[in-house]
Amino acid sequence: MTPRRLARIASPVAVIALVVALWWLVVVRTESAIFPTPWQVVAGAWQLAVDGTLWEHIGASLLRVGTGFGLAAAVAIPLGLWMGWVGGAYRTLNPIFQMLRPISPIAWIPIAILWFGVGDVSPIFLIFISSVFPMVVQTTSGVHAIERRYLRAAANFGVSRAVLFRRVVVPAVLPEIVVGMRIGIGVAWLVVVAAEMIALRSGLGYLIMDSRNAGNRYDLVIASMIIIGLIGLCLDGATRLLERLPTVRWRYAR
Amino acid sequence: MPASKIAVRGVRKAFASATGVLPVIDGVGLDVADGEFVAIVGPSGCGKSTLLNIVAGFETPDAGTVTVDGAPQRGPGPKGIVISQHGSVFPWLTVQQNLMFGLAGEHRRENAALADHYAALVGLKGFEASYPRELSGGMLKRVELARALVVKPEILYMDEPFSALDALMNLRMRNELLRILDEERHTVLLITHDVEEAVYMADRVLVLSPRPTTIQASFAVDLPRPRRLSSPECQALREAVLKELGV
Repeated sequence: MTPRRLARIASPVAVIALVVALWWLVVVRTESAIFPTPWQVVAGAWQLAVDGTLWEHIGASLLRVGTGFGLAAAVAIPLGLWMGWVGGAYRTLNPIFQMLRPISPIAWIPIAILWFGVGDVSPIFLIFISSVFPMVVQTTSGVHAIERRYLRAAANFGVSRAVLFRRVVVPAVLPEIVVGMRIGIGVAWLVVVAAEMIALRSGLGYLIMDSRNAGNRYDLVIASMIIIGLIGLCLDGATRLLERLPTVRWRYAR
Repeated sequence: MPASKIAVRGVRKAFASATGVLPVIDGVGLDVADGEFVAIVGPSGCGKSTLLNIVAGFETPDAGTVTVDGAPQRGPGPKGIVISQHGSVFPWLTVQQNLMFGLAGEHRRENAALADHYAALVGLKGFEASYPRELSGGMLKRVELARALVVKPEILYMDEPFSALDALMNLRMRNELLRILDEERHTVLLITHDVEEAVYMADRVLVLSPRPTTIQASFAVDLPRPRRLSSPECQALREAVLKELGV
């Protein structure tokens, strides 16, 4: 590692170390019986990792997010392209989307339980609801933002509608779609934890509630929170990789 | 006299503005012969670009007609390709993909060969796989020119094509264009505010009046190429055009 890179990561690492040290100090000085020290958190996480339950919970959460987000992308991207391209579709559908979008996904929990009961379908539905709207909105505005000179050039060469769509509209919007996916996956990961708190038997959200209810295991509560944060970071990093594709990167050049 | 390649008759155009109707083009008529290079110069904001858009089929006139090869202009098409100041090279496609954009899809191999031929013609050999962001402004202009030439257009509509380039590259691209036109005879309609550019390249220079615009004067440029801008003939012509423009 070059000294320059080392210097770049030194300050954030120092902040994290400071927070952990403060946390440790406060817990030791107050002699808290419930709130764990950082070491107890690590030990608790290690115990769950060894007996395998941690991986089951992570897998369950990721599966729900993957399904809900995948369905949302499959609906939102074609719908967004259509709404962006066809003025009538935009005028007809945009107002209802704009109205539904600011409703917190948490507000849908009672309806999810009413419609789908307590099971895997409810959290998937909530994730779908939470990530579909940002992706529709982002894709639609991406179509609206296509520069006219590109559409004119395509018209000048007299290409078919299929070619226009495949070679101009979709690639022009792709960077916006990737932005939408980043927002979508971020919201989906936020929502899965909340959704899993409604009485399921698996997932990181369940793990948090269960650890608290089963004898105030706050070491596991905090361990879950940190793991949720780290996985969220990885999901965001994975969608950021999409920005490196040559067909997307043009947008970020210069 | 042979029939005109492009015939414009009594074209008028007005736009709605905040203060009412703004007449932009006030009855313009012009003819461009097959293979002729006509430059149109005029003060900025006089409606030059609007006129070109109408001739190329991107806009419809309020009155008057545009015919190309005797048939009414019904809209843009590969017969006449527009090259504009801002450029429209697709940034998400490579140079070769850009050049192949206007070619029909079924003969991939032949299309790629044709694209590479024109890439070489404009001096882009070795850059076929590059993305536009990796190219300079002058090279982007070459891509745009090659992409137009690949579809073998009969007419090139150029709207201040080189004005966004630096002065040196501007001069270089003029010569490149003339060299290519020597090899492939196109009819060219050039819009510019650069009188020297017009005198250097065109067979005929038309001067537009301020808005609402009409054709104010026409100069034939009967000088052999390559021309020298410092020659007395070129200088005299330049003076005459500038005088029409009131400069």
